[in-house]
Amino acid sequence: MININILKPTSANFQTYLYIGSGLILISIFDVFLRSFFNLNFSTSLPGILNFFLPLIIGLIGFQMIRLEYSGNRIVDKINQSVNNNTFNAGLTLVIIFLTLLVIPPALNWMIFEATISGDTKEACATTEGACWTYIKVWFRRFMYGMYPNDFHWRINTAFIALIGFAFVGYFMRGKLKNYITFYYAIFYPIIAFIIINFLISGGSFGLEWVETNAWGGLSLTFIVSFFGLIFCFPLGMILALGRRSELPVIRYISIGYIEFWRGVPLITVLFMSSVMFPMFLPSDAFVDKLIRVIAAIILFEAAYVAEVIRGGLQALPRGQYDAAKSLGMSYWKMQIFVILPQALKLVIPGIANTFLALVKDTPLIFVVGLSEVVGMLQMAKTNPKWLGYAMEGYIFASILFWAICYAMSKYSQYLELKYKTDR
Amino acid sequence: MSESIIQMKEVNKWFGDFQVLKDINLEVKEKQKIVVCGPSGSGKSTLIRCINRLEEHQKGQIIVDGNELSEKTKDIEKIRAEVGMVFQQFNLFPHLSILDNCTLAPIWVKKTPKKQAEEFAMKQLEQVQIADQAAKFPGQLSGGQQQRAALARALCMEPKIMLFDEPTSALDPEMIKEVLDAMVSLAKGGMTMIVVTHEMGFAKEVADEVVFMDEGMIVERAKTNDFFANPKNERTKLFLSQIL
Repeated sequence: MININILKPTSANFQTYLYIGSGLILISIFDVFLRSFFNLNFSTSLPGILNFFLPLIIGLIGFQMIRLEYSGNRIVDKINQSVNNNTFNAGLTLVIIFLTLLVIPPALNWMIFEATISGDTKEACATTEGACWTYIKVWFRRFMYGMYPNDFHWRINTAFIALIGFAFVGYFMRGKLKNYITFYYAIFYPIIAFIIINFLISGGSFGLEWVETNAWGGLSLTFIVSFFGLIFCFPLGMILALGRRSELPVIRYISIGYIEFWRGVPLITVLFMSSVMFPMFLPSDAFVDKLIRVIAAIILFEAAYVAEVIRGGLQALPRGQYDAAKSLGMSYWKMQIFVILPQALKLVIPGIANTFLALVKDTPLIFVVGLSEVVGMLQMAKTNPKWLGYAMEGYIFASILFWAICYAMSKYSQYLELKYKTDR
Repeated sequence: MSESIIQMKEVNKWFGDFQVLKDINLEVKEKQKIVVCGPSGSGKSTLIRCINRLEEHQKGQIIVDGNELSEKTKDIEKIRAEVGMVFQQFNLFPHLSILDNCTLAPIWVKKTPKKQAEEFAMKQLEQVQIADQAAKFPGQLSGGQQQRAALARALCMEPKIMLFDEPTSALDPEMIKEVLDAMVSLAKGGMTMIVVTHEMGFAKEVADEVVFMDEGMIVERAKTNDFFANPKNERTKLFLSQIL
């Protein structure tokens, strides 16, 4: 009892307690730091468990000693309020600091200090304990372009640069042209994109050698699949959302049936069906490329999700908006295009971003039909006899890639939210 | 006497099992100003919402400016464009500036060139004295300003008839006057108006006739002076004694 009371500071002796308490906390953190970075341990003489928990105990005593409701010192007050308001929180704080200290050095060691990136063979990595980035370096082109012939990689690069270029055309539309901006992005841009990809990446004309879609792969395939998935599932979803709220029973029930069907089946089955079953129903001379079938399957699948997200936005709008638009003499489509959808879509930007991120992360599933984007190429690389045993590096690389793409999309959606915020 | 611009004959309407309108007969002549009053739930709002077919009636006949309203009416949009409406909750489009709110329908429904539509809209906004707010968004305006903007938006379609559905009920008392002033000056300009309101002062000032509704029926219809001086029906007397 006395022991615990001794640890409680009062405003009279707080200055002394503060020095001792913060000293103890620093000692505990420093001890873990030494254990982690330099493998030094000063308390080995103590029995096992006590040795292990010593920093935590010292740190807790330190926090106990500086815990005073109002100390007058702003930094100490801040610490007491946010991380040291009771013993449990103080303990959690210490554990998190310790874990960070314990995990970061080995991780950094593995990823950077002991890693290898030199050489072109597995042998270059044999001498070290760290990550073998040589593996990523050697396979980098495969991860980016799949089995696409090395000599033609410039075609993919050019195509993507052109696509990005055309995406920025909207910025330069001024004056009268500005009225057509939606038309450009909704109809014209997808057509341009298809033409570019068809002639440049697929080839077969203008003296460019034809490359079959089976050879496509890697990150570029991820981009192609996601790109067409995103731009087509959005308008389709929008129409389905409107259809589900239509007053015409036929349209409404078709929409409901469509949405509930596609939401009820797993994507992997849909992809499988699109590649295996679908051709059986076609006449023998008809041929639809596997990649197109897969992209179509993804569009149809994701559109059902987009539709429900947009329907949520439509339902959030007060009935007065419909009344006002109708009373001004607007027809159904004018009302939807100028009054309802702009507001509803603004409301559902976070939900749409969610669905789009899920779509991008679903693309690796196309491996079931034999198409290999980044993750598919990884699977291929890690089973290559010359490069066995480096799966970890590959997965970390893929995680970083996907994280970067998704984070960029998420940031862009936040930017859009701010841009279209007009009320409140 | 000029032709009736609105004719309602034996109009009946049900919401499910509940009958909101019972045998409504109402004729409104051009440039007439009619105030509809009555206790809440008496069907006043439904009555005027039937006139531009925001609600559909199930029995009877409604003829607006020579066009009968029914399921067969092809271009209901055309009729609606001639009938302006101001709502209790303003219902401005929050994603558009005040000026864009006013020009949206003229540009896309009446195909007015943009410049001309904007000039006309500014004139209407000046009429209701909020021309200086044209570039702002509805969320940045006070309730009274929003309601006047909504009035200007309806007027930009150059309607023949204006319907008001309790235009001042959602407003703070000090803002009611500015909206009523705008409506009075509109009335003096010779607009055909049907106004659902509890503002009896407004009724006395501008209305030609007052219609009293209760339980879905038109209980009494009289010239404004007669209506307030010697109401005939017991229910009207009771209502007037409660709100005056």
